[in-house]
Amino acid sequence: MLSMGLNNAYIQQRLTDKFPDQVTGFEEPFGLLGFSAPAVMNLKIIQFLYEDEGLKFRFLTDLTAVHYPGKQDAELAVVYLLHNLVDNIRIRFKVYTGIGKPDIFTATKIFAAANWMERETYDFFGINFVGHPNLVRILNVDEMDYFPMRKQYPLEDQGRTDKDDEMFGRS
Amino acid sequence: MTNYFLDMGRPVQFNTKVKVGNMPEGYSGEGFFATSLNKVIGLARKNSIWPLPFATSCCGIEFMALMGSHYDLARFGSERVGFSPRQCDLLMVIGTIAKKMGPVLREVYLQMAEPRWVISVGACASSGGIFDTYSVLQGVDQIIPVDVYVPGCPPRPEAILDGFMKIQDLVEKESLRRRGSERYKELLAGYGIG
Repeated sequence: MLSMGLNNAYIQQRLTDKFPDQVTGFEEPFGLLGFSAPAVMNLKIIQFLYEDEGLKFRFLTDLTAVHYPGKQDAELAVVYLLHNLVDNIRIRFKVYTGIGKPDIFTATKIFAAANWMERETYDFFGINFVGHPNLVRILNVDEMDYFPMRKQYPLEDQGRTDKDDEMFGRS
Repeated sequence: MTNYFLDMGRPVQFNTKVKVGNMPEGYSGEGFFATSLNKVIGLARKNSIWPLPFATSCCGIEFMALMGSHYDLARFGSERVGFSPRQCDLLMVIGTIAKKMGPVLREVYLQMAEPRWVISVGACASSGGIFDTYSVLQGVDQIIPVDVYVPGCPPRPEAILDGFMKIQDLVEKESLRRRGSERYKELLAGYGIG
């Protein structure tokens, strides 16, 4: 028989009870519970979700970032996708930070898997994961001097001289 | 007891269309043949090219077909695909080369002994192809000199064969002095190889 204990409403209730006024923006796109919190709260919330016997979100499926150029002082969002393997329920947790000083506490102490993913997120978005044991580029070349997934950078390599812009639909 | 193998009478076919490399121009008489060393070496090299496949993506699948019995690169004297750059003559760059892989490819090229040739197979290796983006090298000729480019995305095995035959032409006609020439040194220096 399926475990009937855990559902989105219950998770939302537990989070609201534990962190009133801090966990906000609940939504359920396609049945996936999503919410956000202030950036400084990220570890406390992840730790609670991990350790609580009723919640047990003990698997970090993915960690990445999103760039919202229009959001003043919250341009970068760090996204955690957490999974409860026992009840097979997933949640999405977002924290926002300004692009000027994108400091986020590292989740490597809770999830070893975060090591690789935070390096990747640093590599592409420039999030500074405070406390990460080895925050250096992982996929891009070491000489790269910008964070290519930030939206101010066009996809094409601007350094090319051998392509005729007209032939490639650019002017 | 019946010998089934004989009784079945299976017809055996021998390949009678084996082509032998053309004799180079020269002067021959009874018991001797004289030609230039260039031509003899060219003939030998051309028909015994050892390729080193640097295959990274879908073009590599076409290369596998090329090495298979249907297209059979072995017909050109290149049966022996080497995976040690030190023993190979022809670097076949087959597929997308990410910028991070650039130094690796360059190192492989540097480890090859002269004379060495390079064929760039497919749009990605030749120009970056559809990946006009921050992470992909926009053509391997940015880091190593290329002799022959094969267009296509991916090119059919016939196209790779055509490119390979172009390499054979280059190998056959190359002067023995080319690799020691000032011009060749300048070419390498242009790529920062000295």
